[in-house]
Amino acid sequence: MIKVVFFAALREQLNCSELSLSSENLTTIADLKAELASKDDKWQQVFANSALLSAVNHDMVNSEQAIEAGDEVAFFPPVTGG
Amino acid sequence: MTENTSPEISIQTTDFSLADEVALLEHENACDGAVVTFTGRVRDRNEGKHVTSLTLEHYPGMTEKSLAKILCTAKVRWRLGRVKVIHRVGELFIGDQIVFVGVTSKHRQDAFAANEFIMDYLKVQAPFWKKESTEQGNNWLDAKTSDENKAAKW
Repeated sequence: MIKVVFFAALREQLNCSELSLSSENLTTIADLKAELASKDDKWQQVFANSALLSAVNHDMVNSEQAIEAGDEVAFFPPVTGG
Repeated sequence: MTENTSPEISIQTTDFSLADEVALLEHENACDGAVVTFTGRVRDRNEGKHVTSLTLEHYPGMTEKSLAKILCTAKVRWRLGRVKVIHRVGELFIGDQIVFVGVTSKHRQDAFAANEFIMDYLKVQAPFWKKESTEQGNNWLDAKTSDENKAAKW
């Protein structure tokens, strides 16, 4: 399984903070995004946003990053701390 | 709410004391002649709107890891003595302190540069998000291109 977490505006738009997906057929972040986007129109719209950032196991990554069972993947908007 | 893995990094809901933090940076530290601190506070206006409060969300675990990487990079680039980063989360009001970065070094140049570098990178890499409450309602702040450009200059 892959644990997927969402933050800030993204979490509110999806009304979801965390979910688990089977890692079968998912080899990269891009695959995972496509899988999530296929859920419905709302999810498709959210994941069409190219500004979304992603992290695997607490490190920022790009869409080509490989993922595997046991990973924690996060999606979130550009950060605004400080 | 607090998950602190390093004494140099603190993510907390509570306020901090600038005087106490400076005292810790200076305590039994006779070799550093420079102490540079930055404190970020909640402003009353943003983009023309009256702000009543800010709510800060973060990604526990990744926040600490990303800040640790930024501090590690700063220590490689400059000759630093002590470093401390504090970032508050939760609801904050006008004038409240949000963030503290304190750096010591033998001479001022290293501490000045490292402090600005740490803030510039924190702004674009550490997973914090601000939600603003104004008289017009609540909204998540958008990231600024100018912050990306500042960090890219290092």
